[in-house]
Amino acid sequence: MNNQTTSTNAVSVRNVFKNYDDVEALHDLSLDFPKGELTSLLGPSGCGKTTLLKIIAGLLPATSGEVIVNGKTVTGPGPDRAFVFQDFALLPWASVLRNVAFGLELRGVPKSEREAIAEKYIADVGLSGFEQKVPHELSGGMRQRVGLARALSVNAEVLLMDEPFSAVDEQTRRKFQEDLLNLVKHENKTFLFVTHSIEEAVYVSDQIALLLPRPSRVSEIIRPSGFRHKPIDSIRRDSEYLDIVDKIWESLRTYVE
Amino acid sequence: MKLFGYQLPAMSSLLVWGLLWEIIGQLELTFFLPALSDVFITLSEIMTTKPFIKAVIDTGQAFTLGTFYAVTIGIPVGILMGKNRFIDELLLPWVNVFLSAPLTALVPVLMVLFGFGLKTIVITTTLFAIWIIILNTRAGVKQINPALVEMANSFGASPMAAFMKIYLWAALPEILSGVRIGFIRAVKGVIIGQLLISIVGFGALFELYSQQFLMSHFWAVLLVLFAMAFTISEFLGLLERKVSYYASKR
Ligand SMILES: Nc1ncnc2c1ncn2[C@@H]1O[C@H](COP(=O)(O)OP(=O)(O)OP(=O)(O)O)[C@@H](O)[C@H]1O
Ligand SMILES: [Mg+2]
Repeated sequence: MNNQTTSTNAVSVRNVFKNYDDVEALHDLSLDFPKGELTSLLGPSGCGKTTLLKIIAGLLPATSGEVIVNGKTVTGPGPDRAFVFQDFALLPWASVLRNVAFGLELRGVPKSEREAIAEKYIADVGLSGFEQKVPHELSGGMRQRVGLARALSVNAEVLLMDEPFSAVDEQTRRKFQEDLLNLVKHENKTFLFVTHSIEEAVYVSDQIALLLPRPSRVSEIIRPSGFRHKPIDSIRRDSEYLDIVDKIWESLRTYVE
Repeated sequence: MKLFGYQLPAMSSLLVWGLLWEIIGQLELTFFLPALSDVFITLSEIMTTKPFIKAVIDTGQAFTLGTFYAVTIGIPVGILMGKNRFIDELLLPWVNVFLSAPLTALVPVLMVLFGFGLKTIVITTTLFAIWIIILNTRAGVKQINPALVEMANSFGASPMAAFMKIYLWAALPEILSGVRIGFIRAVKGVIIGQLLISIVGFGALFELYSQQFLMSHFWAVLLVLFAMAFTISEFLGLLERKVSYYASKR
């Protein structure tokens, strides 16, 4: 992977440090995110996954180091990236339709045009018929899908997803994971995906970055390769899948104990 | 209120107090308190007179302008204070001082500065209303879910767009309750301004009626003012309840 040129990396993080006052959250973190692939960030709670994602999004400045997205150094948010928030961040006073179209609204897309686009993604995430509902009339999982549709509808090349499936039950979660695999396959976007679940990370990822506890850096990069092209429903029985899950657990358990 | 198990309509207790007023008035215990029916008769007489109509128009004009300035200056200032630590620290002490200050004492100074007319009354009205609007807006902005602001930034929102599409709406319940209290204070401001200047609007009427001991006239005007203030407050309260449905869901 290291001998790939930067042009095949959608995002490169170079020697990033991040301090919150006296807390050192990230310490000399470097990581590449290949174009068109899904990379998971996996690590103990509080290790700085959200921090890293927000630095890449341009929402937080790094204390030092740089982030390069499609060859350009990040100085702030940009239309090449879209964020799916851990706590949804939906406008409570606006309908599902307006929420999904909100990213486009902020970018000045005319109303009829942006609503047509939003309609499409509302249908894609399975929320047709809920366009005129407001967020508190929806379940947690439905709200999460609204946040996902909003991020998809701005058609950014890089999707930054912070624990996007945390608020859904196990069945819905499995459905979302399958949908995500389909998205990666068909949308030709780069996905940065934060999760707490080892199984989920192995199931959906082309590349998994294990992060150490604070101050955080990458301890290991794992690239599942054997089962990625097998049928979706046989992955969980694949021996490589099971081996990787075990291996990651071995690496992480020392920090839990 | 309930009586003998029946739910009485809202404000029916007013009837009881009105009746009491009528009886005391009929007994002619004091010239100060004419019977309520006399007050109403007087009211219907003076309602069509020129000085009364002029007073209503003057007052309405001063109130509208005063609250307009209070809202259009107060809300942006409150939002800025809620967003920006520096501006907040700069302005907050003053806002608190003016909120609790006896503003009535300022009116004579304003009269010297701005003359004995509409201008002074408008400024008085604004001064009465604006501080609570600023403080409430500020409090509303301070409790905004920071994730919403972050979300807007992540989609490249300009400061103006964030202001109009996020801050204003997220703080709306607090803003509206500030506006409601501000408007009630503005009624005080208008009337106090007019009374102190005493040649404008209801101030002039009060001056005229009390000097000539026209008590039922005096009460008639007072009733009108009370009813006006109450209506404004109730209307804004209604608006506030309408938006608060989502306030608890933020
Ligand atoms: N605004 C902040 N001010 C101070 N410290 C912060 C701030 N945000 C995060 N931190 C600290 O930085 C560290 C990393 O936080 P971060 O939210 O990035 O962790 P995380 O890996 O996303 O955790 P989780 O898996 O629980 O979501 C934590 O120890 C946290 O206490
Ligand atoms: Mg997090």
